[in-house]
Amino acid sequence: MSLSGQRAGIAAPLTDGVSYAEPSMAGAGDYLALMKPRVMSLVVFTALAGLVVAPGPMHPVLAFFALVCIAVGAGAAGALNMWYDADIDAVMSRTSDRPVPAGRIRPGEALAFGLVLAGFSVVFLGLMINVLAAGLLAFTIFFYGVIYTMWLKRSTPQNIVIGGAAGAFPPMIGWAAATGGIGLESCLLFLIIFFWTPPHFWALSLYRCDDYFRANIPMLPVAPVGVAPWLLGTAGLVYGCIAMLGGAVMVVLALQLYRAPKGASEPVAKRLFGISIVYLFVLFAALLFERALGLAQFGLPFGRVVA
Amino acid sequence: MSFVMDPQPIEPGIVLTEEQKRRRRSRSIAIAVALFVFVVLIFAVTLVKGPGVLVRPL
Repeated sequence: MSLSGQRAGIAAPLTDGVSYAEPSMAGAGDYLALMKPRVMSLVVFTALAGLVVAPGPMHPVLAFFALVCIAVGAGAAGALNMWYDADIDAVMSRTSDRPVPAGRIRPGEALAFGLVLAGFSVVFLGLMINVLAAGLLAFTIFFYGVIYTMWLKRSTPQNIVIGGAAGAFPPMIGWAAATGGIGLESCLLFLIIFFWTPPHFWALSLYRCDDYFRANIPMLPVAPVGVAPWLLGTAGLVYGCIAMLGGAVMVVLALQLYRAPKGASEPVAKRLFGISIVYLFVLFAALLFERALGLAQFGLPFGRVVA
Repeated sequence: MSFVMDPQPIEPGIVLTEEQKRRRRSRSIAIAVALFVFVVLIFAVTLVKGPGVLVRPL
């Protein structure tokens, strides 16, 4: 069997005439790769931040179970993405060795794997934690698998702007798992990742693509949104300082990239891509450590006014 | 007079290579581990939630 149904406008695959091994040559590692473990780790980290920052206690076992469900749900979305994008993956050197285009896992197996994981993660999050968190997880999988992968990714250059919402939901799901509701604070955590996503991926595409276009990098929103949890009293002074400093660095790098002459922007784009990862990680790590050390009480009091 | 039945030829079927056997084993172990973790998790959550395991807020 070969990768059939090549869609119009897609270059020929790098691996000529993909054939699927019979019996299967897929190892456990191939199924793990289908779940995009690096994306999963970021999802778990941000969902953990949502769980920890949320008010009210949650039993550690239930919190761990919720995180496992969210992680498996993210893995399901990754598998569905790899199933649908096998034709695209086959033409890019970075992705041509993924399990489906490389012929180790059949497209149908990847689809079944993704659907089963999605079903299990949503049903058990709903049965054991709460229905709102399960509903949000189901919507996130649908958004990533259908809205982003099947529709936006192939139809508009703004795909990552809207599709970034899928990666921004995990802290909101964590918050919903802990509280059973959606608060203003969880919306802020959502917005931080939502506004962080475009500059992060555009920086990646700027040094990955030969023929790039100068994108309008929406850097300004992410800096003030990153500080908002401190202004509203959800986070403390340590977080506030890190958010201001990190936001300023991101804005400076974005401006450098914007002003860089054509052909000399690759090093700046690489730096912005690397710093953007550190920025998001440090921001959410600060939230976690403030809670662990009891420093969140040093937040500004505007949150009480808003509440 | 007796009829001697010809022995049925034994078809080898699909013969797995060593690499395929190794990968099948790794898949089997992964399924076993995943099932075990799943059962332990459900058991732990059931213990934590107690009799109200099916009582959950919206």
